[in-house]
Amino acid sequence: MTEVLLRVENLHVSVGDTPIIQGISLEINRGEIHAVMGRNGAGKSTLANVIMGHPAYQITSGAIHYKGENIEDMEVFERARAGVFLSFQYPAAIPGVQVGTFLRKSVASVRGQAPSPRAFRKELNEAMKQLDMDKSFLSRYVNEGFSGGEKKRLEILQMLLLQPHLALLDETDSGLDIDALRIVAEGINAVAKDTGCLIITHYQRLLDLVKPDVVHVLIDGKIVESGGPELALKLEKEGYDWLDALA
Amino acid sequence: MTQEAQNAVGDYKYGFHDPESATIRFDKGLSEEVVRDISELKGEPEWMTDIRVKAYHHFMEREMPTWGNCDSLAGIDFDNVTYFLRSSDKTEKDWDDVPDDIKRTFDRLGIPEAEQKWLGGVTAQYESEAVYHSIREDLEEQGVLFLDMDSGLKEHPEIVKKYFGSVIPHTDNKFSALNTAVWSGGSFIYVPKGVHVEMPVQAYFRINAKNMGQFERTLIIADEGSSIHYVEGCTAPTYSTDSLHSAVVELIAMEGAKIRYSTVQNWSANVYNLVTKRGVAHKNATVEWVDGNIGSKLTMKYPAVLLKGEGAHAEVISVAYAGEGQHQDAGAKVHHLAPNTTSSILSKSISKNGGRSSYRGMLQVTPKAAGCRSKVICDALMLDEDSRSDTYPTMEIGNSTADLEHEASVSKVSGDQLFYLMSRGHTEEEAMGMIVNGFFEPFTRELPMEYAVELNRLLELEMEGSIG
Ligand SMILES: Nc1ncnc2c1ncn2[C@@H]1O[C@H](COP(=O)(O)OP(=O)(O)OP(=O)(O)O)[C@@H](O)[C@H]1O
Ligand SMILES: [Mg+2]
Repeated sequence: MTEVLLRVENLHVSVGDTPIIQGISLEINRGEIHAVMGRNGAGKSTLANVIMGHPAYQITSGAIHYKGENIEDMEVFERARAGVFLSFQYPAAIPGVQVGTFLRKSVASVRGQAPSPRAFRKELNEAMKQLDMDKSFLSRYVNEGFSGGEKKRLEILQMLLLQPHLALLDETDSGLDIDALRIVAEGINAVAKDTGCLIITHYQRLLDLVKPDVVHVLIDGKIVESGGPELALKLEKEGYDWLDALA
Repeated sequence: MTQEAQNAVGDYKYGFHDPESATIRFDKGLSEEVVRDISELKGEPEWMTDIRVKAYHHFMEREMPTWGNCDSLAGIDFDNVTYFLRSSDKTEKDWDDVPDDIKRTFDRLGIPEAEQKWLGGVTAQYESEAVYHSIREDLEEQGVLFLDMDSGLKEHPEIVKKYFGSVIPHTDNKFSALNTAVWSGGSFIYVPKGVHVEMPVQAYFRINAKNMGQFERTLIIADEGSSIHYVEGCTAPTYSTDSLHSAVVELIAMEGAKIRYSTVQNWSANVYNLVTKRGVAHKNATVEWVDGNIGSKLTMKYPAVLLKGEGAHAEVISVAYAGEGQHQDAGAKVHHLAPNTTSSILSKSISKNGGRSSYRGMLQVTPKAAGCRSKVICDALMLDEDSRSDTYPTMEIGNSTADLEHEASVSKVSGDQLFYLMSRGHTEEEAMGMIVNGFFEPFTRELPMEYAVELNRLLELEMEGSIG
């Protein structure tokens, strides 16, 4: 049976007086992977941020439903606890906070109770092994001085630990080397069966490894075209110009 | 608890208090007679009585200090302070002999367990005198003296006479004069030549009586080539009237010795915390102050180091947290008096809800001090628009070969950081607590584990209910 996880209805979003998203509708079922593509500045990150509840953006009309409920009034942390996860395009550094502590606290917050130290260590070890991450990461400060690829790997590590129902992955593939891309893709595939995924990307190479069910193209805050995996391939070859007429 | 008491105690974590159990308590206010009575009651040698009386007269004549946030000092009513109060007749060796209500307080602070776990020795100062004192046998065997200051004076008068006031004479400032006149309690430590005290040695201080001045006096001497880490933690219950805490701490690190003095103070919001701390570092010696200031109404504290011998090193790491109605005026003073001396100062401050924190620093390099190096870093974090942070660095550089660095930064918690943490399930308060703990981390990691955990918890509690 299909379960609609996310339903975005004719969404309009502004920052201050500037409209950014101008009428987006989409629906993601559990187990589906949706890719969102589009030029720089099209509004992709804004869409992900607004679903997560970023306070800078106002929904001027339309609605976001998660598991059947309008989530406009839910706080960011409530959305997270309800199973929404955002892998950031630009994860923030938190100086002085060790990765290990941060992960333990985050898992405790999202699950509503602290895991036993032993069980958590085991889980953590496995996830880090899966992502080929060295244990030394745990004593570093969150994202501080991390390379681009290291940041993205830490995002995926969090996704594995937090076990979201809806994962929003904003350019998780950018900055990854070829091996890391494969590892991260495996990470995504591992959760994708039970999750709804919205993957924002510029590159086909991720979509070769993580097969999208639907591909959306965003231009100037609107979805101008949706299709199957072949749409991404066409974009890879032809770029976005042919879609401008539709915008 | 009555509603009124609940209000008075408020959200201060250690804001419980026991009925005052003083067996001797002087009336409020200060006079030569009070000073003489304190000394007599303690059965002190005449020379100590004389020092006290001299200091008393100096205190009466001395102007208020001009270094620091001096305007706020006008709020102190010296006539409304009790200068001596003894809560138990003798210093207890055995925890079982400590009176029950006092014990309860310490149990709640977790002191006996803490001791069992990891402490080298504990002196718990409850009100004016140490009521509980113990020292690990191995320390005793090594010849380390660790006593409360009153016992130190009784049992080792020759050492006390030689060093008491040698680093901070009563003429140093008005509050050191006051302390010298009425001091009571504090720690006395002597570490013999070449002895390394591996475990941190700790004392706890509390002010429990209303309008109770606390004037402890600490003297630590590390003889040649020895080392010690002393930890002091303070928590005080909340009262509606102002309390005065004015301690004096003197450290003497002989040639090649190392003293680290770590403090976390968490005074309730009505305490004036005016402490004079200074250490002397002789040739190739190190003096380190690790100093955390949370709470109090006004803190004025500038741990100082006199780098007297060639190659001596000073380290001051401090954090200050100023909440509503609080002013943390803290910093460091380092005096390079000899060649090739080095110093490093790291100061971190947080202000919130209109609180104010200031870094006030003094760096002196005398003409004799060729080839010295110093690095000063001040970082301030503001949690909202109403709060305030200032930096007042003073430099007196008398030698052009000095290599000096000064960095200062003021930052705000960024919306991106909050959003990131909240997207991981943390409330705004929790997120703020994590950012604040992270900001203080360079300080916290220098503390023994127990303190680090407690400090982090305190800061998290501070963030609760603070976001509107
Ligand atoms: N907080 C904000 N304040 C002002 N403008 C914003 C804000 N967030 C987004 N914008 C603007 O909205 C537009 C869409 O930005 P967004 O980050 O969503 O683009 P994107 O599609 O993710 O681009 P990229 O591929 O470069 O990541 C841009 O013009 C951007 O400058
Ligand atoms: Mg983007």
